[in-house]
Amino acid sequence: MIPFQYARANDVADAIKQIATDPSAKFIAGGTNLIDLIKYDVEGPSRLIDISHLPLRSVEPTSAGGVLIGAMVPNTDLAYHPLIEQRYPLLSRAILSGASQQLRNMASTGGNLLQRTRCFYYYDTATPCNKREPGSGCSAIDGVNRINAILGTSEACIATHPSDMCVALAALEATVHVAGPAGARTIAFADFHRLPGNTPQRDTNLEPDEIITAIELPPKGFSANYSYLKIRDRLSYAFALVSVAAALELDGDTIKEARLALGGVAHKPWRSTAAEAALLGQRTDAAAFAKAADWLLHGAKGYGHNNFKIGLARRAIIRTLGQAARGTPQSNSDKKIR
Amino acid sequence: MASYIGSATSRVDGRAKVTGEAKYAGEFNVPGLVHGYVVESTIPKGRIVRIDISGALEVDGVIDVLTHRNRPQMADNDDAYKDEVATEKGSPYRPLYDDIVLFSGQPLALVLAEDWETARVAASLVKVEYQKAPHVTDLHAERANAFAIDKPEEPRGDAEKAFASAAVRHEAEYFIPTEHHNPMELFASTAIWDDGKLTVYDKTQGVQNVQQYLCGVFKLKPDAVRVMSPYMGGGFGSGLRPQYQVVLAVLAARALKRPVRVMLSRAQMYALGHRPATIERLALGANSDGTLDAMTHEAIAVTSQFEEFARNDTGWGNLLYKSPNAKFEHKLVKLDVPTSCDMRAPGAATGVYALECAMDELAVALKMDPVQLRLQCYSDRDQGADIPYTSKQLRECYRQGAAAFGWDKRKAEPRSMREGSDLVGWGMASGVWEALQMPTTVRIVLTANGHAEVATAASDIGTGTYTIMAQVAADMLGLPIDNISVKLGDSTLPQCPLEGGSWIASSVCNAIANTARAVRGDLLKLAIGMKDSPLTGTGVDDVALIDGKIISRRDATRAVSIASAMQSGNADRITREEANKVAEDKSRARNVHSAIFAEVRVDEQLGVIRVTRVVNAVAAGRILNPKTAHSQVMGGVVWGIGMALHEETLFDHRFGRVMNANIAEYHVPVNADVHDIKVIFVDEPDEIVNPLGIKGLGEIGIVGVAAAIANAVYHATGKRVRDLPITLDKMVQFN
Repeated sequence: MIPFQYARANDVADAIKQIATDPSAKFIAGGTNLIDLIKYDVEGPSRLIDISHLPLRSVEPTSAGGVLIGAMVPNTDLAYHPLIEQRYPLLSRAILSGASQQLRNMASTGGNLLQRTRCFYYYDTATPCNKREPGSGCSAIDGVNRINAILGTSEACIATHPSDMCVALAALEATVHVAGPAGARTIAFADFHRLPGNTPQRDTNLEPDEIITAIELPPKGFSANYSYLKIRDRLSYAFALVSVAAALELDGDTIKEARLALGGVAHKPWRSTAAEAALLGQRTDAAAFAKAADWLLHGAKGYGHNNFKIGLARRAIIRTLGQAARGTPQSNSDKKIR
Repeated sequence: MASYIGSATSRVDGRAKVTGEAKYAGEFNVPGLVHGYVVESTIPKGRIVRIDISGALEVDGVIDVLTHRNRPQMADNDDAYKDEVATEKGSPYRPLYDDIVLFSGQPLALVLAEDWETARVAASLVKVEYQKAPHVTDLHAERANAFAIDKPEEPRGDAEKAFASAAVRHEAEYFIPTEHHNPMELFASTAIWDDGKLTVYDKTQGVQNVQQYLCGVFKLKPDAVRVMSPYMGGGFGSGLRPQYQVVLAVLAARALKRPVRVMLSRAQMYALGHRPATIERLALGANSDGTLDAMTHEAIAVTSQFEEFARNDTGWGNLLYKSPNAKFEHKLVKLDVPTSCDMRAPGAATGVYALECAMDELAVALKMDPVQLRLQCYSDRDQGADIPYTSKQLRECYRQGAAAFGWDKRKAEPRSMREGSDLVGWGMASGVWEALQMPTTVRIVLTANGHAEVATAASDIGTGTYTIMAQVAADMLGLPIDNISVKLGDSTLPQCPLEGGSWIASSVCNAIANTARAVRGDLLKLAIGMKDSPLTGTGVDDVALIDGKIISRRDATRAVSIASAMQSGNADRITREEANKVAEDKSRARNVHSAIFAEVRVDEQLGVIRVTRVVNAVAAGRILNPKTAHSQVMGGVVWGIGMALHEETLFDHRFGRVMNANIAEYHVPVNADVHDIKVIFVDEPDEIVNPLGIKGLGEIGIVGVAAAIANAVYHATGKRVRDLPITLDKMVQFN
């Protein structure tokens, strides 16, 4: 850890101005990940620009029929917000299955998107890691990789994105609102996070001088048929080995629309248009779910310790789609999987 | 007055703990305190070629950086570093001694600064250049280099021959990975030099052990060193041996002539001792009626390159089951890691896990109920020493545990108890540990106002030692518990052994009883000295102290108040110091026993395991305090759940480093993993084991729990997982 400057941003424009003047500065909101990384000597920002006081704390309905979530809304507030609980319960459940109450109280909506991987090697500065030190090599590929990715990996990196919330946001096709020196723009959720490729040090397509201001949810919330199932090594307070967000629109027992996203398996929440298309017009039965799972897991590759994730993900997808179809979403408090 | 012994008394130190009044080793602030931060090795083996401390020294607020090159003098022989629990063979690790790297995470430098944050910043700027040497950290890969040690129990008969001709056989290997203690409190020491005298606040399970150790390492006279540890946020064995931060704190305090605190980070605690990774091989041969004819138990465990640490893994079967033929073997493998150390029920947590899984597998092979098999093999004698027990209510543990659990409703066939998508499994196991007593001295100071101070150099590692001491003293002195103050955790107090091995309750409480008897004798003398004393002619064992009075046991009307006896003798205080009497009697085995019953529910497709019920029925002699005793055993059960399903220190053997050195990724059970736990204490009067009939509860709670859960998982799924932890990927063939 090295000493750093601390400054508060007064408003979004001020935040953008401040970060532009110092390329090694970082924004800090809840700090639930960044502060750990600084302590571990993985991050060493020269300056922390505190954006936690920016007036981005509202959850408002949009004229388009969706919901706009301020980037500084704490995870807890978002999960329990009536608009979210009623219209986007998938998002609520995904948030509540992550971290602990105390962490969710601190963590911001925008920050949740920007949390870094939990790959062991990323946190251990005594080992090579391309994400931490580009060009040093990936220790996980031949190492302790039980928690690592099976999809969208590269020879440079097999890290996963650890968020639960983002898996739901991907399934709901949220839009990320960002602001930068060139003005405001929006990024479709699918385009927000990147695959590692040759630049695993870059997790997202957010430019270094840009700031997330809001997340917008489209009108469709799939509140009748959804489920978020998180499989992990203990029943709470652990990152996902595999998680599944499933959302269906049904006509009787025929699928009219389907959304399916995986967490814990790739450098970003994992979706496939082919998998979702394969469900359209199908009856809600295990055979259809299995076919969708196969599409979604197409090209999956294990690295030894994490080989089991492929089969686990397949079964978890089938189970989650079943829960969604039956209208019996996975409970966060009752750890039994139904 | 009702007896405090046996009553569910709340912790006497509870208020101090929840209000923060109770201070821990890293919380003693003194003016001018310097903070030390450790720089550790990033390689497991080699030499330090160069340490560049210039960057650290440039940081504002940094006072100095100590390395092996510039440290003050310390002892140069192994004996000086041998503490009470040091291994018999080997050279104890010497912190900051020379340029040799023995394990990853070894302290190489200590940065000293005016505040902790500055020390940490500067520590990140220390650059170390190494000459690396080839290392080994994988037990399985080094197995061929295992060597036998002479610890195990003696063989009987011919186990191999009996096994070969047995009607029913079971043979298998079981594996327990490296585990770390992870006490909530970080290891810390605060060292203060004052006029040639050293005072150290240390996180330790033995203040006198650390005191003697520091005297050796720094060549100090015993009266120049005082070590204190009034409270401890969990030890579990990790605080039995002096840890390196106490040496560093004293070194630095000596170098700077200022008080110094060294506190480790969570990650640094993974370079202290650990439960050794262990391979256990069991070979059981039975007659068709379920009686054992052959029992072989072998263990191969990890130790460091520089010390040979081993505990009794293989001898527990001798205490549980009759077998005319038996053989035991214990081997060690030396790896480039810190020396393994005691961790709750060392040897038994691992050895009994393997033994009790093997017994379950034998029951399956015999088509016999697992409890029935244990009863069939039940031994009323310690088979190794061929002696009876002081007491052994294990049969009653099986009976009461099974009844509370509803074991009679178990269907024998695996996978036969299904509920929706869950497979339900019921498993059981036995537990066993030792009931030891160690020489201990207790001082009682009784003052004329009816208050007493009870003191010994014990540590309360969170188990309730303060509370049981107050209970026993209150009963023995006939005073209300609020009038008793307990002092411990100070090396200047009367001699007390380490808080370990489950022996503190029996040792300390029997010493209190002896000291209280001496106090009673003094009071009786004073009472008899009174004019027309009603107690004339009574002896010390004819009277008791009850409700503030010295009362004849035969005739309660013959009584003198303690206050008036002391007043008449002009005694404003009575001070006595006595030891317990540790029986040398080798004609009886002294053990505690338990029976554990566990229910698991396993999601058939996903392999997710939940431990929904555990009953632990324990026979451990007299239970001093059902409330703290219950917590103690419940904590053991929770740890057993962790051992069965979660705990594993993950090494990357290429780097020789622990990869999950934090409690986010080193998993222990969280609330969601803990469901219904029922603790039963089986009545077990025992006047032979020691006068108060106390056997101790520190270890027994965890013993056998992982086996009961593993056996339940087998019963649920038909899948036998023999390497811990039982994670979901071992349950289901996913691909």
